[in-house]
Amino acid sequence: MSAGLFDKYATLRGNYESLMATSPRNPFGVVIERPLSATVGIIEGRETLLFGTNNYLGLSQSEAARDAAIRTAENMGVGTTGSRIANGTFGLHQKLEKALADVFQRKHAMIFSTGYQANLGTISALVNKDDILFLDADSHASIYDGARLSGAQVIRFRHNDPADLEKRVARTDKATGARLIIAEGIYSMTGNIAPLNEFVEVKKRHNIPLMVDEAHSFGVLGAHGRGVAELQDCEKDIDFIVGTFSKSLGTVGGYCVTDHDEIDLMRLCSRPYMFTASLPPEIIAATLAALEEIKDRPELRQKLQDNAARLHGGFKSVGLNTSNFISPVIAVTLEDVPQAIAFWNALLDAGVYVNLSLPPATPDNRPLLRCSVMAAHSAEEIDRAVDAFGKIAKKLNLT
Amino acid sequence: MTDSVSDISHMILQKLLENPKVPRDISGESRIVEDLAFDSLAVMNFVMEIEDTLDVSVPLDKLADIRTIDDLAACLHAIKAEQV
Repeated sequence: MSAGLFDKYATLRGNYESLMATSPRNPFGVVIERPLSATVGIIEGRETLLFGTNNYLGLSQSEAARDAAIRTAENMGVGTTGSRIANGTFGLHQKLEKALADVFQRKHAMIFSTGYQANLGTISALVNKDDILFLDADSHASIYDGARLSGAQVIRFRHNDPADLEKRVARTDKATGARLIIAEGIYSMTGNIAPLNEFVEVKKRHNIPLMVDEAHSFGVLGAHGRGVAELQDCEKDIDFIVGTFSKSLGTVGGYCVTDHDEIDLMRLCSRPYMFTASLPPEIIAATLAALEEIKDRPELRQKLQDNAARLHGGFKSVGLNTSNFISPVIAVTLEDVPQAIAFWNALLDAGVYVNLSLPPATPDNRPLLRCSVMAAHSAEEIDRAVDAFGKIAKKLNLT
Repeated sequence: MTDSVSDISHMILQKLLENPKVPRDISGESRIVEDLAFDSLAVMNFVMEIEDTLDVSVPLDKLADIRTIDDLAACLHAIKAEQV
């Protein structure tokens, strides 16, 4: 008799049921009934501080972006209903690509319907089964999935370790296929910042292109908000920058920017670009407005840095285990899953929403309470969150 | 110098036994996921350590076919042989 479709879920079901037996609520099913502002939402009928979004600049609630979306929906409708390759490009798609290329000071930009697809679509267009990809071990799932879609051989290097990358790259110096190195700017789970300037030295020594995903660092780091590459003054040596609209820009979608003129060929062989509906006009209009806001309001980045330092310093002062990087993603590392579940539930009971991240989706097999800071948080809101963390940690005998 | 498949298998077993959480009665026929209770991330991280010992890189797609410690040893041996 052949197996049932869901027989393979037996282990997952067991793990899920034992998690649910110890957690009063489903950590994967939190409902934000509605946001009241960028920093406060209604969860379980109560006003709750939001420290578990990726809304770093608070622009999901931007009035300018909202108004642009409303005007555009009134004039152009709400969807494109098809692929740009098959069903046509809207003028707004080209306008956003031009705006992104200008922001990054690159020749070309290509936009995707989600950030996930931006990685899938870029990676699978750049490499194939004859090629070799070098991925940071802690890469986002969209990078691993893009690698699988491409069929390329995947070699992992130790997280944020240029020497380890170089060792692995050197082993393939005689390979005949093309090679590509991929890293991220800020890592989404831990907030760790990549040493891109050191990766650039490796790529130059071995003559390999470098692609960087700045999903969590665009709008956040660098003098103009272009991310870690700008911060570390190595933008010109990065061949492809990929990112998303769904973090600092507050909407949805993704992009790849580059100086390579072959980008129009990439459009013709990138399945995640081709076989999906393109971004709807109101989202593009909101994204364009948010891009302008990032340009016009550099003070948002400064406020975000100040807030990140305040939350990071607060966590350290109450004895919590966090990364040494001060970035808008600050994760508190715990030792075991039951401890993390109790801590996360107590935080939500206290009116603070953060993300519960469990192994194997976390590095080092340890659970994380992932917090993200916004420029929109007030000092008082950050202090309230730190106070809740400190009291709960003490109650659970963790500090 | 670890040359033969059985040498590599022995080396892997020694490395695994350095981890106190790994059962003491493992052999080359032990299944990495089922018998050692390694999840996918643990497998990838463990293979990284072995790669450094042997100075080889194992592409991730090769790991998909590996069930036992002896399978891993055979894979590493084949990759090492290709490098010569």
